[in-house]
Amino acid sequence: MSTYAQKKGFGATVWDFLTTVDHKKIAILYLLAGGLFFLVGGLEAVFIRIQLAVPNNDFVSAGAFNEIITMHGTTMIFLAAMPILFGFMNAVMPLQIGARDVAFPFLNALGFWLFFFGGVFLNLSWFMGGAPDAGWTSYASLAIHSKGHGIDFYVLGLQISGLGTLIGGINFLVTIINMRAPGMTYMRMPLFTWTTFVASALILFAFPPLTVGLVLMMFDRMFGSNFFVVANGGNTVIWEHLFWIFGHPEVYILVLPAFGIFSEIFSTFSRKRLFGYSSMVFATVLIGFLGFMVWAHHMFTTGLGPVANAIFAVATMAIGVPTGIKIFNWLFTMWGGSVKFTAPMHWAFAFIPSFIMGGVTGVMLAAAAADYQYHDTYFVVAHFHYVIVGGVVFSIFAGVQYWWPKIFGTMLNETLGKLTFWLFFIGFHMTFFIQHFLGLWGMPRRVFTYLPGQGFDTANMISSIGALFMSLGVIVLLINVVVTSVKNVKVGDDPWGDGRTLEWAIPSPPPFYNFKQLPLVRGLDAFWIEKMEGKKGMTPAEPLGDIHMPNASFLPFVIAFGLFIAAFGALYNGEHSWAIPVIVIGLLVTFGSMLVRSVKDDHGFHIHKEELMDDNDKGVKA
Amino acid sequence: MANQQTNSGNPRVDHEYRRRKSAEEMRYQVVSFSLMIFLTLVAFGAVAMKGSAWFTVPFIILLAVVQVVFQLYYFMHMSHKGHEAPSLFLYSGLLVGLITILTFMTIIWW
Repeated sequence: MSTYAQKKGFGATVWDFLTTVDHKKIAILYLLAGGLFFLVGGLEAVFIRIQLAVPNNDFVSAGAFNEIITMHGTTMIFLAAMPILFGFMNAVMPLQIGARDVAFPFLNALGFWLFFFGGVFLNLSWFMGGAPDAGWTSYASLAIHSKGHGIDFYVLGLQISGLGTLIGGINFLVTIINMRAPGMTYMRMPLFTWTTFVASALILFAFPPLTVGLVLMMFDRMFGSNFFVVANGGNTVIWEHLFWIFGHPEVYILVLPAFGIFSEIFSTFSRKRLFGYSSMVFATVLIGFLGFMVWAHHMFTTGLGPVANAIFAVATMAIGVPTGIKIFNWLFTMWGGSVKFTAPMHWAFAFIPSFIMGGVTGVMLAAAAADYQYHDTYFVVAHFHYVIVGGVVFSIFAGVQYWWPKIFGTMLNETLGKLTFWLFFIGFHMTFFIQHFLGLWGMPRRVFTYLPGQGFDTANMISSIGALFMSLGVIVLLINVVVTSVKNVKVGDDPWGDGRTLEWAIPSPPPFYNFKQLPLVRGLDAFWIEKMEGKKGMTPAEPLGDIHMPNASFLPFVIAFGLFIAAFGALYNGEHSWAIPVIVIGLLVTFGSMLVRSVKDDHGFHIHKEELMDDNDKGVKA
Repeated sequence: MANQQTNSGNPRVDHEYRRRKSAEEMRYQVVSFSLMIFLTLVAFGAVAMKGSAWFTVPFIILLAVVQVVFQLYYFMHMSHKGHEAPSLFLYSGLLVGLITILTFMTIIWW
């Protein structure tokens, strides 16, 4: 890090991040924005639990409660969990396959800004006349009749951020197919890269149905069409199908990368090769495929008929098989390994029983006949929080702790990390375990309050106290981040000492070109192989040469901002005279900047061999 | 990787072999092109005959599928090496799409 690492002022840093096309900086943007939305969604969750803590509560009104649960679900899935996982994918996946960047750095930035503006647009609804209030699934029969602009914010915001996600997913696919380092065959890819690959394929196939559904909804609500309006010959069930054809793969888009993160952590801290690597890959791909054949299990009570219900019930239960393979592989990875209980390992360890509980209730819900009893009760709420929080959110906390040194070059405090874990782990089970029983006792989900004396009082209070513990856990994590950043103790390439994959073979944080020379990969856990043979680093696969890098660009921001403007026009179409001009202006900004991008040649720049050699002389790192 | 250039300046390229390959390729393309025109005429013919819709519609769809295969494999070079990933994704996408259509046909619009 010689001439490139200059001290920069605050404004210059901001401008740097606004225009960056570097996958590591975009990763930080994803983590920042996703983290912010995670706090917003968490705050909404706390409001929900305060409202439900005691019977007959009037902390929020019934209407506001609907808005809060809708925004909690939507924010957590689309704006928190997925972007944070995208952050990890961006930060780590190119390093793990030995690439200098993703395949399309410009599109990578565009994907982020689309997600960001979509998310901001969605959340502006709070200040502009009310948030969406038809649940995160926004079933058409309810959403069509929702007053105000809430659902319009949902439709337009998700459309914009979904575009960004789709772009990001395609980018990752192309990167993994085309940019692996010499020797990095498919069956040598670390499991996090594999799960990124499969999750991106799911994004590629799952987001178009959502896009279609949202377009139909947009026309129904804003331009007077009747796709879902039953009175005029529409069919409201089609929305449910379209939503869940997207929605079910969506939960695998979330949980597969989580599996990948845990696979890395298990093998790193068991100091052992991942048990059954090829069966892990097989199970990942199989889960991806099966994910598209089960969506109707969300609609058992819609009235699809016994044949359809039976088919989807059996298909759903089949998913338990590859997931079970994974669970056993993780257990056997730890078996006989020399396990180190670091903070990330705490999360990974706790993930197994937590996720199994979510899986077991999943199979219970998959039994279509029994589902008539569970449907729309707190049992379902408990189930999906067990898989999403116990799987995805645990993996996010684990990943933050595990990859923080690689992303920021400093080590998060282990003790505070473990404190976060215990607070959150206890809080999580306290909040959601009791909700299984609340559901079985008959408490329906999505109600804003309940009457005393139905046997729900104590259980709800316990659940709300659990939410307090989870909040404390998150606050400790924030303190940890601040303390670590202020202390700013830099760490070396492989701070855990047990790194197996390529990202640990280069400095933390990596230089902006990642690899001075592309590494030669000689097997699974490439870096571990070299370490076991007593080498300090990877064997280069190429002589030192000029490196071609892309130029930074402000255009991705402008393109996304144009759609953000146009969305306001669409929102107020037919109400204000300025709506149409605003749509036109917004689209002009977007397509204008796309035109600029197309006609202006931007060949990037080269880092010359001599500058890279300079770096070598500055002292060799261990 | 996939589309190796013959005009690469590589002295070891066997020009005779490449020429023979290209001629062969050209022959396949011409054959499939005339077949496609023929199939299109057959499709028009099937409609013009005004037979039962239960025959015409599946028949035309079948012809369309054949044409898509010709298009992909002979004109877009999917028969060549190095197209494994695109074919995997094409067929996965097709599978997902067809399952969706099948479900919609059977449980929504039945």
